[in-house]
Amino acid sequence: MNFKIYRFDTDKDAQPYMQDYDIELQPTDRMLLDALERIKALDDSLSLRRSCREGVCGSDAMNINGKNGLACITKLADLKSPVELRPLPGLPVIRDLVVDMSQFFKQYHSVTPYLVNDEPVPERERLQSPQDRDQLDGLYECILCACCSTACPSFWWNPDKFVGPAGLLQAYRFLADSRDEATSERLDNLEDPYRLFRCHSIMNCVDVCPKGLNPTKAIGKIRDMLVRRTV
Amino acid sequence: MALPVRKFDAVIVGAGGAGMRASLQLAEAGFRVAVLSKVFPTRSHTVAAQGGIGAALGNMGEDSWHWHMFDTVKGSDWLGDQDTIEFLCREAPKAVIELEHFGMPFDRNKDGTVYQRPFGGHMQNFGAGPAVQRSCCAADRTGHAMLHTLYQRNIRANTHFFVEWMALDLIRDASGQVVGVTALEMETGEVYILHARSVLFATGGAGRVYASSTNAFINTGDGLGIAARAGIPLEDMEFWQFHPTGVAGAGVLITEGVRGEGGYLLNKDGERFMERYAPNAKDLASRDVVSRAMATEIKEGRGCGDDADYLQLKLDHLGVELIESKLPGIREIAKKFANVDPVSDPIPVVPTCHYMMGGIPTNYRGEVVAPKNGDPDVVVPGFFAAGECACASVHGANRLGTNSLTDLLVFGKASGDTTIRFLKENPHHKDLPKDAADLTLARLSRLDAQTNGEKVHEVGAEMRRTMQAHCGVFRFPDLLEEGVKKIGEVAQRVQRIAIDDKSRVFNTARVEALELENLIEVAVASLTSADARKESRGAHDRSDFPDRGDENWIKHTLWYKDGSRLDYKPVHMTPLSAQTIPPKVRTY
Repeated sequence: MNFKIYRFDTDKDAQPYMQDYDIELQPTDRMLLDALERIKALDDSLSLRRSCREGVCGSDAMNINGKNGLACITKLADLKSPVELRPLPGLPVIRDLVVDMSQFFKQYHSVTPYLVNDEPVPERERLQSPQDRDQLDGLYECILCACCSTACPSFWWNPDKFVGPAGLLQAYRFLADSRDEATSERLDNLEDPYRLFRCHSIMNCVDVCPKGLNPTKAIGKIRDMLVRRTV
Repeated sequence: MALPVRKFDAVIVGAGGAGMRASLQLAEAGFRVAVLSKVFPTRSHTVAAQGGIGAALGNMGEDSWHWHMFDTVKGSDWLGDQDTIEFLCREAPKAVIELEHFGMPFDRNKDGTVYQRPFGGHMQNFGAGPAVQRSCCAADRTGHAMLHTLYQRNIRANTHFFVEWMALDLIRDASGQVVGVTALEMETGEVYILHARSVLFATGGAGRVYASSTNAFINTGDGLGIAARAGIPLEDMEFWQFHPTGVAGAGVLITEGVRGEGGYLLNKDGERFMERYAPNAKDLASRDVVSRAMATEIKEGRGCGDDADYLQLKLDHLGVELIESKLPGIREIAKKFANVDPVSDPIPVVPTCHYMMGGIPTNYRGEVVAPKNGDPDVVVPGFFAAGECACASVHGANRLGTNSLTDLLVFGKASGDTTIRFLKENPHHKDLPKDAADLTLARLSRLDAQTNGEKVHEVGAEMRRTMQAHCGVFRFPDLLEEGVKKIGEVAQRVQRIAIDDKSRVFNTARVEALELENLIEVAVASLTSADARKESRGAHDRSDFPDRGDENWIKHTLWYKDGSRLDYKPVHMTPLSAQTIPPKVRTY
């Protein structure tokens, strides 16, 4: 199978280039990550992040034939050859397929991504009905892989001002939690021409999310909450 | 060459469940703590835990920590220390409730309390049964939910993370006190000395010593390799848990929660074979028992498929609604990695290396201990460990499902609290020894200078094959002996590994070479310890000694890197407050 992979080592390369690899796959090589491990055995200088190899840690997000995804759960059989691999778009490249995710995490951190409840701590668990708990489904499962935010044109233009789909999905995860008490502070934090309202419902985020989550829908719910509190 | 030095009150190595539970204690108490992690914290392997956290909350019916303690001691096949096990089970409910207060999205019962599911080896009435519902879960993504919750709480506490930093070696002064670590910043290739008053290891497991493992690529036993090089013994390294249900061929984990929710195993004749091996608990017997039964079925020709080399996990009878609400991640994994939809078809599974019961010896406070002057449990000052890298020993010869996450929470917090006490009693940094960086610099310069050496991936593959073939579910005297010899040869080859990539920037070839230097210590320790233990107990099953040898073997193995020497120390049979649970025949 043929691969064209983006290479750039700031330690020695003047500029990035695409490198061709032609490798023989084994019957046990099912996922793109299996092929990348095979390439790495031949050329140890290829740098990429990977860990769980089952789509829960979010390390190996990359641009695969033009679409963001996780190498470990992308089936080789579904890919057109040559497979073109590039780093996630819009973020500074550290080396090869490894990008600097600081901006992405900064936006995640900016939404107060933790439960706020200043009531005295009860002796037992805080009660939550199964229906209230259901509200968190489709939100808490995010793995922070950045496939969505780096597929979003609004995030490309304003990565410092627009929170991006991943951060907004988590913002809504806490707005939707019946145990959280900071609703109005959370909404204040997002009521701004850029932080939330740069989302133009392009829905690239929904298209690429490897966990099947829907940030656009969550963003819509936050908009509703903002509208409702003004009327 | 001198390395740049940075100074902290405390250094924590590892940002999984244990590391982040410990860092929370220290950061909230206002200490200057540096948490090192090879990966962004939410990518740590805790994220992959599925089934739940064991705690006797009693939300589903009567339960008590005494029952949980009995199950854990029995699960450990009486090799676990009963003081640490009591501490684990007694503290577990508090630990879970605290996590709920942090925002953990637990599944709920109608009355709003945390939902709990049954799990292997967890029973009512001191093992008499039937199964008890003790596993607190968030669908089948409990580890993910827990790790993200702990990271979020650490954001609130302003914990200082050093993301993509790899610890390389421990720094001990002439008295043996631990005063820091050397570490590599992966992005720049710079190496630093982190000078600290205390060092806490929470580096996780080392499942990557086996060819077939549920573990992530990062689980390379770094803390164990580092500790072993610094003269600390490794405890009970012969005990490796094979999880009954790894996806055949892929190794990816399928939670025991599937059987907790009512799934069961079938052989090629469609027989529910666990009824023969464990008439009482059946598919919810403890993991060593189920894995051995499966390996026996395969060995005796009752495996499924063309090569009769796997078994089937049936759950279609649970119905699509239950599968979608309680086991959605499993459905996703089965579709992706086994090409089956469990709503209609069984999942092909095999026992797969999953968990390391052994590790760096600690007590129930999270202090690292080692023998000195005839006392087997002398505290190594300034050094703490928690989680899978530690051997407290709560899991003994076999860990019960759900007890690993409980371990992370309970001993993460306890080691954090003990560190705080130590920091208060030791307000000043001890001087760094003159040779603080020597070992690290020697290792790195050898790796940079080595040409025409051995390939990291080839030597690594040989190590993994050796462990798989010689230290598996069933162990044989000739294979063990040969395995010790073979792994010694592999260890020699590790000393000559070379990398082509010499770049400073995000050099993953260098990281993998350094990881292999840690893994090989784990592999040598495991085979050496396994060869020497002449009995069958928990996950260690020998063909020549099929029975448990209580007279001679209720003792912990200690392996020292220096000369690959073995020593032993007694199991703590006296709990902190409860009655001793005396050894008896272990059936399920």
